Amino acid sequence: MHSIWIVSRRELSAYFTSPLAYIFIVIFLALAGGLTFFFGAWLDRGQADLQVFFIYHPYLYLFLIPAVGMRLWAEERKSGTIEFLLTLPVTTGQIVLGKFLAAWVFAGIALALTFPMWLTVNYLGAPDNGIILAAYIGSWLVAGGFLALSSCVSALTKNQVVAFVLASAVCFVFMMSGVEIIQSFFRAWTPQVFVESVAELSFLTNFTEIARGVIDIRDIVFFLSVIGVALFVNTAIVEAKKGV
Amino acid sequence: MTKLLDIKGLTKRFGPITAVDDVSFSVDRGEVLGFLGPNGAGKSTTMKIVTGFLSPSEGAVEVCGHDVAREPMAIKRRIGYLPEGAPLYGDMTPMALLQFVCKLRQLSTEDTSRGIDYAVEKLHISNVLYQPIETLSKGYKRRVGLAQAIVHDPEVLILDEPTDGLDPNQKHEVRELLTEMAGKKAVIISTHILEEVEAVCSRAIIIAKGKLVADQDPLTLQSRSRLHNAIGIRLPVSQVEACTAVLNGLEKVTAVQTSAQVRDTVELLAVSANGLEILDPVRTAIDAKGIHVNEIFVERGRLEDVFRDLTFEVEGLKARPVIGSEVENA
Repeated sequence: MHSIWIVSRRELSAYFTSPLAYIFIVIFLALAGGLTFFFGAWLDRGQADLQVFFIYHPYLYLFLIPAVGMRLWAEERKSGTIEFLLTLPVTTGQIVLGKFLAAWVFAGIALALTFPMWLTVNYLGAPDNGIILAAYIGSWLVAGGFLALSSCVSALTKNQVVAFVLASAVCFVFMMSGVEIIQSFFRAWTPQVFVESVAELSFLTNFTEIARGVIDIRDIVFFLSVIGVALFVNTAIVEAKKGV
Repeated sequence: MTKLLDIKGLTKRFGPITAVDDVSFSVDRGEVLGFLGPNGAGKSTTMKIVTGFLSPSEGAVEVCGHDVAREPMAIKRRIGYLPEGAPLYGDMTPMALLQFVCKLRQLSTEDTSRGIDYAVEKLHISNVLYQPIETLSKGYKRRVGLAQAIVHDPEVLILDEPTDGLDPNQKHEVRELLTEMAGKKAVIISTHILEEVEAVCSRAIIIAKGKLVADQDPLTLQSRSRLHNAIGIRLPVSQVEACTAVLNGLEKVTAVQTSAQVRDTVELLAVSANGLEILDPVRTAIDAKGIHVNEIFVERGRLEDVFRDLTFEVEGLKARPVIGSEVENA
């Protein structure tokens, strides 16, 4: 546990010593705000809630989260530091978890910095803050799911750009598995049960539930399971690709 | 002496390629082992297995009595490792990196400050401690890499090309450091610089194409050179012809090599048959002819020659005859 924390802290400080962290935060805040005001027409709705703020998050995460996750392993393999790190007395699993947590905390920091939206909505009206809190948790879980997938993909390659593009694609499939494009793709050649279980894997479907303020334990379990499985696969990939 | 590192029948395959092929050797406390071999011979792979980065296909590696496959953590705690090229986190400062390593190695606060002080002093990196590693010169990066390898005072030190890219002064410092630490630890260094082996190593291992081809102390290895016990003579140009004739007339001299002229002198090298001692007969013969020489010395043999002889054949290149003992597997 202690080792995970040490790895995590180093990784988190690595984000903030590069311009990436600041660029990410600024762009995330600008886009999240811009989409809410312009596309969501937040002020014109006349409702004191943050629904239109949260519905765009999964789409933003689709390309912003792979940008955070792409360096996690690809950079380590490219520079050779993976050999330095893995010969220290710490297990691969601990490092995978430590790196993921650092990235997740970083995403959390970016998310938390949207607090002016919350202040604004509370100034303008009397929103249900319980729903807002639930939506924040949901949004952070989606970010976590995407991050775990990105980290996993990042371990496959030494090239960060490849990691970014692949991770975006994988995240897209997981996000959209409930919508028609992906569904019809599977419906043509797989049994109905499979099509339905693919739909169940949809980030969007699961997130929408939470964002509405319905914190169902199943949705939380869903995201945590995706993270768990992705990180498990991540560990296996790192182990398998060490000698290559 | 205690065996700190014991390798038995180590084999590593990457798909169809056998990178390390049935290699066995051990290193005792107090030994500095030079690990030699052409590029791609399997030196780095062996080191990666010993440090627990890669797992062996076959064979066993024990460090301080712990098996690398069963107790990787115990081994990683006891080893200090400098990977090839000294990869480090460029965004960190040397101080932050050393602290990171100490924390992951679970050193006490006291051991951490003692270890860092020691490493910083020994490697002369105090003036760059708070600069990002990516801004440092190659020499400093290498020294920071060495510092993280010794910061926890490990029993086994494994350094993959520790002096690669250093200038002659820095190389000298690193060699002094190795000699100083040698007594208490088992040290393995891989290197292409053969003079380094003569300078710091108590034993040398040569591998080629994954196979162990020699395991001896540097002096014995040198004696396997075709030039072992050859007699070098520096003398004025005017005397060269007479002297060459004398040397060629000696029964135990197989060949006489002539070097380029330097300030009106030339160096002759009389190669001895089967590495026999020929100093006395050579001196007697030269004195008898009244030839004036500036300098005379006995060649111990050149590791470079031995290295080439031993690895040429295995590498599938044109073999050169080996003078001295047969190639042996230790």
